[in-house]
Amino acid sequence: MSEIVTQEHLTAALKERLQAEHVEIIDNSGGCGSAYEVIIVSSLFEGKSLLERHRLVNEKLKDEIAKIHAFSQKSYTPTQWSSMNQTQK
Amino acid sequence: MTSPRRDLPKTVPLQNDDKKTLFAMNLLRIAARNSATPPTNPLLASSLARARPSVAPSLFVRARLLSNSLRSKLDKAVKNNDLVLFMKGTPDQPLCGFSRAAVQILGVQGVDLTKHKTFNVLEDDELREGIKEYSSWPTIPQVYIKGEFIGGTDILLNMHQSGDLEELLSSKGLIEPEEEGERA
Repeated sequence: MSEIVTQEHLTAALKERLQAEHVEIIDNSGGCGSAYEVIIVSSLFEGKSLLERHRLVNEKLKDEIAKIHAFSQKSYTPTQWSSMNQTQK
Repeated sequence: MTSPRRDLPKTVPLQNDDKKTLFAMNLLRIAARNSATPPTNPLLASSLARARPSVAPSLFVRARLLSNSLRSKLDKAVKNNDLVLFMKGTPDQPLCGFSRAAVQILGVQGVDLTKHKTFNVLEDDELREGIKEYSSWPTIPQVYIKGEFIGGTDILLNMHQSGDLEELLSSKGLIEPEEEGERA
């Protein structure tokens, strides 16, 4: 029916459609492309509430999400991301 | 090469008129199969005109998934209940990790789900797809508080960790505000 959504495709889509500076994708489906966890770092999230960020991602990845069974996301602005990483060092 | 069967009637070559009729009939049959018949409904006509052929059927399906009766049932549910949770399974027996997480988070925050409205989308295919249309949200679970869509498990977890969920629940009267000095 529909082709599977690959990690490469998701990464490229996020970089292109959300101007993501950094993307991390975890495939929780054992490689069959049906359950993804994504971390997205993008300046497009500046000034947006959590719900707005999620809705933005949902909208941009609408076709992909429709094809996969489980999708969860964490979204950060570049500032948030770098301060998170600094505290972990 | 086999010899012609003698028991069958001899075939007569088609006359020109017959050939033309057969040709025209086939042409019509193929045309009807391949092209969409013009709809009489103007609403359908405009959406068909805009949609690519491969998209049109799913547009019809999607439009039918949220029936008026389901929409008004959902309107009533989120309006008349302080908290509504659309999930897979039940609070006692969640049937999906994300739904279970949502139930746990709400429980940890002191929400007694037996006192609120929950829907098991696995029991009802129309609800399962319709709620996604209704909320413009692609996944389950989904939480509504005082008629407002809050989000799914990711958002719930994030709000729980930041303290925003506690604040929201207590400001909407769903949990008792924490007294100072009772925090662990």
